[in-house]
Amino acid sequence: MQDNSRVIRQDISWKIIISLGGFFMIALTFALGFFLFYRGIGTFTTYDHSVFEFLFSSTWAPADSHDGGGKVGAAIFIFGSISTCLLALLISLPFSIGVAIFMTEISPGFGRKIIQPIVEIFVGIPSVVYGWLGLTVLVPVIKDVFDTQYGFSVLAASLVLAIMIFPTITSVSADAIRSVPKNFRQAAFGLGSTRWQVIYKIVLPAAKNGILTGVILGLARAFGEALAVAMVIGKTKVFPVSILSPTTNLTSAIAADMGGAMDGGEYNIALWTMALLLFFISLGCIFLIHYISESDGENI
Amino acid sequence: MKFSKFLTLALAGVMAFYIAGCGSGATETKSGGNALSGTITASGSSALLPLAKDAANDFKAKYADVSITLNGGGSGTGLKQVSEGSVNIGNSDVAAETKLSKEKAAELVDHKVAVVTIAPVVNKKIGDVVQSLTKQQLQDIFTGKVTNWKDVGGPDLKIMLVTRPATSGTRALFSEYALDKQAEATNKSLETDDSGTLMQTIADNEGAIGYVSLSYLVNNDKVATVSIDGVAPTLENTYNGKYSVWGYEHMYTKGNPNEAIKAFIDFIMSDEYGQKLEKQGYGVTSKMKVSR
Repeated sequence: MQDNSRVIRQDISWKIIISLGGFFMIALTFALGFFLFYRGIGTFTTYDHSVFEFLFSSTWAPADSHDGGGKVGAAIFIFGSISTCLLALLISLPFSIGVAIFMTEISPGFGRKIIQPIVEIFVGIPSVVYGWLGLTVLVPVIKDVFDTQYGFSVLAASLVLAIMIFPTITSVSADAIRSVPKNFRQAAFGLGSTRWQVIYKIVLPAAKNGILTGVILGLARAFGEALAVAMVIGKTKVFPVSILSPTTNLTSAIAADMGGAMDGGEYNIALWTMALLLFFISLGCIFLIHYISESDGENI
Repeated sequence: MKFSKFLTLALAGVMAFYIAGCGSGATETKSGGNALSGTITASGSSALLPLAKDAANDFKAKYADVSITLNGGGSGTGLKQVSEGSVNIGNSDVAAETKLSKEKAAELVDHKVAVVTIAPVVNKKIGDVVQSLTKQQLQDIFTGKVTNWKDVGGPDLKIMLVTRPATSGTRALFSEYALDKQAEATNKSLETDDSGTLMQTIADNEGAIGYVSLSYLVNNDKVATVSIDGVAPTLENTYNGKYSVWGYEHMYTKGNPNEAIKAFIDFIMSDEYGQKLEKQGYGVTSKMKVSR
């Protein structure tokens, strides 16, 4: 009897601890979102800029004071973020999916024992290391090979990002491919398919949603990456004319000026608005993932 | 079970330790005996940080009971935090009036602890040929009107501008006194977060030009400095007013500082520490024959 009540007490106390942890996470996320919104909206309310100006104008000259009166067109930064991320995805995708297929379908034993851990090591490398390698190795190489003036370029940023999102896409895709039921493959082989046909026509379509989730997770990481990109993109405030010319992006703009800009000033608030935009982008990515995984059942 | 209980306890212990640690950060200065004691916190300008750190070390050797906590974060952060009272000293490269509202700036007391001189720097290869530029040439280069070194007496090489973020104090000084407030061609320049990276970028690229404070040029063999209108960027030329691209490094306190903080600021401005100041490439405020 006594023992029983002890067990119940324990049960309840753990329940409380775990619920508190859960609610704390929810509250934290909402607090974060609310705070970003509260600060970021100031560009449009306090300093009277239009959303259109922020998103589509390329004149960036906010005043570093409470008086305002500057220009907050962030189009260059937004375009820089989007172009580097999409290019990174384009570079990374074939490799990621190729490796994912290899480690699950072609050589599962080798894949699980050797490739999987190696891919996981990639995830653990801090972004400053990627950035540093990019700065000291990639940038001079690009400068020499293409004979450009800078070497700092969209291409350098995209390559660094591509390497950074590669492990995310690979491991999520590999999981998705592994979870395709075995009898799908057996049925296809039974009908006389070659291995390539099984992979291309059966396994990949069945794992499509999982792979897409990996892609979006990778894209969200690429959008949020600041340090590594800032070190190789050049941070020149101009639209890139080619993938070899330098430009800038949202995260490096925030990182460069957040310390120097006066708190609450127009410059500072414009940076908060950029942060809010990044928050919305990753929020959008998360919703997309949920949308995709909800439609998961219908396709198979 | 035992293990997890231990783990919980250990975690709780670590947290309690940190919370206690945060709590003791508050300022308390006993002004009783002869020896100074208390806590000094400062944040702000990253250009001033190495100087403040060095001064704090020397100061602590004298007054062991004073603990000094220094943080960077940028001039904006320093001014904001000292204005709010969350630090005792706010370090800034620029005057408080340029960033804070008038009422808030009026509450702060300015201590001009050092003079910082900004020098144009170029890659050594250019430095061998182009030793001096006129102010006009410098402005043409940084506004993007001149894009090749051959137009200003150098070799046939494209000019590569390397600059600092818009909110940087170094950039503010350079554009005010060297460029006469003309806007830099930000669409043609590479931007670097700190002066160390800027120096490296200039050393790595043949046609590069940028600007750093003299404190980065102590023991420098990476880049070459350029004279403006024939006047070399040296402390001596700054003192006698010939070289115009300089500014004060400010330490702001909210109201008049208490004993320990005052002693620290006086220590930095003392003649004794002044010699070390000059060794680090900063100018001593009291030696200035001109003022702003």
